[in-house]
Amino acid sequence: MADTIDTKKLTLTKQDFESDQMIKWCPGCGDHAILRSVENVFPELGIPPENFVVVSGIGCSSRFPYYMNTYGIHGIHGRAAALATGIKLANPKLNVWMITGDGDSMAIGGNHFIHLARRNPDVNVLLFNNKIYGLTKGQYSPTTPKGQKTKSSPQGTFERPFNPGTLAIGARAAFFARVVDTNPKMMTEVFMEAAKHHGTSIVEVLQNCIIFNNKIHSLITSRETKNDNQIYLKDGEPMIFGKNHDKGLKLDEKGLHVVALGENGITEKDLLIHNPHEQDTGIHTMLCEMMPPEYPAALGVIRSVKVETLEDAIWNMIEHEKENSPLKSVDDLLRTGNTWEVDEPGKNGK
Amino acid sequence: MVSKKDKVVELKNTVIRFAGDSGDGMQLTGSLFSDSTAFAGNDFATFPDYPAEIRAPQGTVAGVSGFQIHFGSSDIHTSGDLADVLVAMNPASLKANMKWISHHAIIIVDTDAFVEKNLIKAGYESNPLKDGTLTGHVLVEAPVTTLTREAVKDLNIDNKSAQKSKNMFALGMVFYMFNRDYKKTFDFFEQKFKANPLVVKANKLVLTAGYNYADTIEAFANTYKIIPAPLSKGLYRNVTGNLATSWGLLAASERSGRKLYLGSYPITPASEILQELSKHKQFSAIAFQAEDEIAGIVSSIGASFAGAMAVTSTSGPGLSLKSEAIGLAVMTELPLVIVDVQRGGPSTGLPTKSEQSDLMQALYGRNGEAPVVVMAARSSTDCFYSAYEAAKLALEHMTPVILLTDGSLANGSEVFKIPNMADLSPINPPIVKANDPGYKPYKRDPEKLSRSWALPGTKGLRHRIGGLEKEDITGNVSQDPLNHQRMTEFREEKVERVANYIPELEIGGDDDAETLIVSWGGTYGVILTAIEKMREEGKKIAFAHFKYIKPLPKNTAEVFKRFKKILVCEINAGQFVNYLRMRLPEFNYQQYNKIQGLPFMVYELKDKFNEYLND
Repeated sequence: MADTIDTKKLTLTKQDFESDQMIKWCPGCGDHAILRSVENVFPELGIPPENFVVVSGIGCSSRFPYYMNTYGIHGIHGRAAALATGIKLANPKLNVWMITGDGDSMAIGGNHFIHLARRNPDVNVLLFNNKIYGLTKGQYSPTTPKGQKTKSSPQGTFERPFNPGTLAIGARAAFFARVVDTNPKMMTEVFMEAAKHHGTSIVEVLQNCIIFNNKIHSLITSRETKNDNQIYLKDGEPMIFGKNHDKGLKLDEKGLHVVALGENGITEKDLLIHNPHEQDTGIHTMLCEMMPPEYPAALGVIRSVKVETLEDAIWNMIEHEKENSPLKSVDDLLRTGNTWEVDEPGKNGK
Repeated sequence: MVSKKDKVVELKNTVIRFAGDSGDGMQLTGSLFSDSTAFAGNDFATFPDYPAEIRAPQGTVAGVSGFQIHFGSSDIHTSGDLADVLVAMNPASLKANMKWISHHAIIIVDTDAFVEKNLIKAGYESNPLKDGTLTGHVLVEAPVTTLTREAVKDLNIDNKSAQKSKNMFALGMVFYMFNRDYKKTFDFFEQKFKANPLVVKANKLVLTAGYNYADTIEAFANTYKIIPAPLSKGLYRNVTGNLATSWGLLAASERSGRKLYLGSYPITPASEILQELSKHKQFSAIAFQAEDEIAGIVSSIGASFAGAMAVTSTSGPGLSLKSEAIGLAVMTELPLVIVDVQRGGPSTGLPTKSEQSDLMQALYGRNGEAPVVVMAARSSTDCFYSAYEAAKLALEHMTPVILLTDGSLANGSEVFKIPNMADLSPINPPIVKANDPGYKPYKRDPEKLSRSWALPGTKGLRHRIGGLEKEDITGNVSQDPLNHQRMTEFREEKVERVANYIPELEIGGDDDAETLIVSWGGTYGVILTAIEKMREEGKKIAFAHFKYIKPLPKNTAEVFKRFKKILVCEINAGQFVNYLRMRLPEFNYQQYNKIQGLPFMVYELKDKFNEYLND
């Protein structure tokens, strides 16, 4: 929560958050880099280590809590959002991180995901999206591109995938960001932003499953193609991308367009300036929808607006009621309403 | 109150059923009569009987709403078998309730409602008031609607509004019949309709009109009086089971010092617990209405991990949805109370009808070996103490506890002697102090075998738990075969050792009888009543009622050994008797089961007991 971020700077390091457990993700898995970035962010937040709680559901990503030296709970499939909500409501001082995947949060936990976004407790969600079921060995997930062949879709999937960003924003998420597991600096910066945001922050991490869906994000992440296929959005900056910083995004009545700077008289001034704090969801939704090869994938903090958190709303009411309620104890409660006294057995009271 | 009543008959107890259309205000009428019964010093129990539909078609049998009260001069344990007095506001309510009244019942009807249109809607081919249908009963006919309109004609209110008070006319008549003082009811009107003085006035006028009408026309051959019950000294109130459950949980929260967290999802007949607990933020109680049953319980597990006294409430189908999460609570060994207000099943089943439907589900409805404490409240007022005890066991033994109540207990009400919080036994959860060097997540208390509770936010106790099998002591993830066996045995033994902390099984009735009647949960009152009646008739019979089902009380086998015959009575197809056959196979059990969405009747039980005694 925001007010704990600025507390007295604690001298913590990455080592304070490393657990003694053997990390059992596959060598080369994108999860390792995400873990390292989180370990880099936690010591910088000014929060005592015992106030962190890392929760998860089920899946490869959901082993995450075991690898962090914090309080942690590894839940059941799809339900991490409910665990996180309960923890945050019971003790709002805790800094809650929820680790989940595209199967965990988009399929079995889809319902909890949208309600988390809508309710807005201060929970930081890292959604590892590798577009495949890894732990069950290679079935398609709700984010697998239509037509992709997997173990459970030998002829290619017949289903249109979810876009986690538009789903989150459609569910009224106040904060949505997207990063790639190949860029630790970007992960660290965006995770910091997510941590500072007071409310539910959802960060989609485009994560590579080296075994079952290798290179699924390669157009966005590989050295050769990434510059033309990703745009790292920054608050207040024009939307420029490309190897030579010569492309941009322009908005007109037909929507977003990729334009070349210097061509047809296009200058930086014609480009859209990123405003993650815009209440209207229109542009943020368009940004989430952008995918290569037509568009660069939008990375960075796409949406960040202020909304009252669930725990603030509830705990403010609790404080108000504690002050104003005539009932100070359960003894008082039991004596409310119609009661009657029996003085002597067999005699009626009044 | 001037009256011509000269013949006042004293009764030991009686049963009244108020019935009308869903919109006729029968529940309010019933509850006002209950209040006056309380002030008259009688013991009583009530039960509402309403349709699953909110407003079924007006005037039809499906739309009939009823409220039954059983009151008397001695302890009342049930809401009564058959009604001695029926108030029927329309033909449908008469038709729907004919099977619930005694042979010589007094039936008060609103004759204005017995017109052709309503008779057809109710499915009557001729007028039952005239065609001999009611032969043997005492019929009291009153043009209630007309007289209600007449009573308020000076108030200048429209007919429709005026008619809304006709239930108060009927109440006035019943008040007269039972020599009740209506001042308290007037106080209620003034409270309830504070904002609308005209409504207060109308209700007062109509109630008085009904009272005076009964007096004037000498509607009843006799009036009746029931002497006060020998209640012990103290302060009393009326509570429903769901209210008592909610308050028991709040009491446990206060006594344990842990904030109450309820994660729940609306479901009949458990929703009142969610509604009641959502009112009590002054006690820092959070009632979270989740997006589904699963999120309800899982958020509670999260809250429990974070240090709250966590509860989830539901009914049968919801308990099914929570199964996997209960397993998580078993594996993480976190305290959690799961209240299951049972209803008729399977599937959607009979949402508003009661059944002891979920015992097997509570005991075994999970993957793996997943033992939890299972207990069952025995009456509406006992819901308070059962909820308190469930929370105490969960918190002190670090285990999920399933508390079974049922629709009858939940919606039924009883006279409750208000306890003092200080008299309730203390609750001491095993919370670990900061920086305890000896803390290990799965180190166990040597007596209870419970692990201790290290709350996030506490220095020096960081640890991880989850649904994967845990290594003994350290709590690390473990696939070790022998460790799995050991941990499985620990989890079972931990729950079994709860038997050292619960009361022993008591024998009621004649402990030298040959026959023992066994019951559990919400059938206590009716079985106790049947046993009392049997003994009044000179029959020897004993009775053992189970509140704790897993673990069973330690002396269960010892008790069973003393009897030649054991008859297990349940409102299901035999779930407890089969559990007993498995746990204590050395005894021979007979069973008596009813699966009609209805409670046992005292006369049914007596017939069965007599048959069994003579066997």
